[in-house]
Amino acid sequence: MDEDIIEFGLYVPPHPHPLLSPEANDGYGRLRAAYDECRKRIEESDADLIIVYSTTWPSIIGHQFQANPNSEWTHVDDDFHYLGSMPYSFTMDAEFAASCVEKAESRGLQARTVNYDAFPIDTGSITALSLLNPDNRLPATIVSSNMYANRSETIVLGKAIRDALREGGRKAVVVVVSSLSNRMFTEPIDPSEDRIHSQKDDDWNRKILEFFEDGRLEDLSQLSREIHGQIRVQKVVAYKPAWWMAATMGQHNNYSGEILAYEALHGSGGAVIQLTPATGSVGDKEFDEDDVEYYKGDREVLNKGMLE
Amino acid sequence: MPKGEIVLGALAPHPPHVVYAENPPQNEPISEGGWETLRWGYNRLARKLENLDYDAIVVFTPHWQTYVGTHFLGLPRFTSKSVDPIFPNIFRYNYDLQVDVDLSEAMCEKAAEAGLITRMMRNPDFRVDYGTITSCHMLNPKWDKPVITISSNRNTHYYSPEVMIEQALALGKACREAIEESGKRVVLVSSHSLSHRHFVTESPLPEDMSREHIYNHSQYVWDMALIKLFREGKMKEAIDIMPEYTEQTIAETEGGGIIWMMGAMGMPDYPAEIYGYQSVIGTGNCIAAWVPEPDAREIVL
Repeated sequence: MDEDIIEFGLYVPPHPHPLLSPEANDGYGRLRAAYDECRKRIEESDADLIIVYSTTWPSIIGHQFQANPNSEWTHVDDDFHYLGSMPYSFTMDAEFAASCVEKAESRGLQARTVNYDAFPIDTGSITALSLLNPDNRLPATIVSSNMYANRSETIVLGKAIRDALREGGRKAVVVVVSSLSNRMFTEPIDPSEDRIHSQKDDDWNRKILEFFEDGRLEDLSQLSREIHGQIRVQKVVAYKPAWWMAATMGQHNNYSGEILAYEALHGSGGAVIQLTPATGSVGDKEFDEDDVEYYKGDREVLNKGMLE
Repeated sequence: MPKGEIVLGALAPHPPHVVYAENPPQNEPISEGGWETLRWGYNRLARKLENLDYDAIVVFTPHWQTYVGTHFLGLPRFTSKSVDPIFPNIFRYNYDLQVDVDLSEAMCEKAAEAGLITRMMRNPDFRVDYGTITSCHMLNPKWDKPVITISSNRNTHYYSPEVMIEQALALGKACREAIEESGKRVVLVSSHSLSHRHFVTESPLPEDMSREHIYNHSQYVWDMALIKLFREGKMKEAIDIMPEYTEQTIAETEGGGIIWMMGAMGMPDYPAEIYGYQSVIGTGNCIAAWVPEPDAREIVL
């Protein structure tokens, strides 16, 4: 069962504001508090590893896994450099990263570890790991987001990581670093006046949050192309985080979902969300086809949503 | 004070492979060479620049990507190590560059007056992007001229190629005004490839030239169509087809570099000097230069 290898999953935003300027806006502060709560939950969990998939680390040569045991530098964001520098020192699990590469290759993917002094870890990964694992209590690895990869490649990547977790007998917290809607304001703003860029973005974000709250991860995965078309600036070929998260955590809808925060980050949709593998929720969701042992009726699927 | 001027504008692609192949002491990885057509072209253009009288290099780079306006380097010196996040195996370069902060601020101010969103970058920990470093190393390996890097605002993705072109042209015009008022002689560098589809695998020896070729023939045909316009001095026509060219070849022109440079140079109607064309991991790369002074122009290739 999935909970053997996945303790829980987190979906967090890539922007540096919760790390560098949480006081600038009440919303940034709430995101920071949500990060802090997740940090505590990780500390109290049985996880022995953190796996980060970052949408702000693009790769071209296949899929890259961060494997520098002591990854240290001072990073500055390209856009938000005026908020300050981001010194970091992260402990990476080189052995697990190598295992992921092996499993990815055995599933037909191009993959490699990266282990270089001064390698530029991205803003999103630094923000997430600095806030979720500040003392390097757990080792981590970071997975790149290949700019040409689409659904099948991304899902196979997630499955390869599951292979590595199973083989190593590991238990991980999975962290996806991504905005919901990713359209930012293209002008400087007063942080106190930050808001979601448009009503449409906000509406879609809230719909996605409903799915997360209901634990419908596989449904979100299935909706990825629609989400990409509706609320993602077309910088890359597809919205991949839900594909990767579902493939890595388990492609079903049996999760307990919790929205810890949802706020604007320079116009984009930033949310801190926890998904925990669960049992007992079969029957009220769409892509939850279980290995049925006893017939329990038609689950009233066709009656749902009908006009009364 | 004499009026400042642009003495040369260069299209200078920045695949880190060319620096890797040169084996300069600043770069950690060691190669057996490779991509000679590009490197020899770069070497020749660098020799030409050595004999030109100029004060600063202004680089427009697509690897400093900003969404909130256009940013300019704003401190006199940046020293650090640049590791390419895509190709860390071949590019880990220790750099030490000087910035002409006065000119940078003047360009930033002029661009703001033109209605563009701008910001000076004054964080001393900021790492200068590898596009700037690669193009500057290949054009001026002595690093004896101050550099100004201008970020690439992502208008193409946020709005459309047409909006990007309009803003890049306005930025170029603003930079030209600042250069003229400064009294300085400046080299402009548009740091990018042409067609930009990469192979997603790499040979065990990256410089194995038996494996190097353009990603597909369509990319090549489009690149040649654009270079033909460069040769004929038809830069207005080149900019006109840029949205379609960029879409068809997912070209790095989407960042606006060459459009900014043409805007600054008043849309040249004279032939470009072509120094070389070669693929790097499948992408199309052309080194070209536009020289406003007729007596300084050459037919190179």
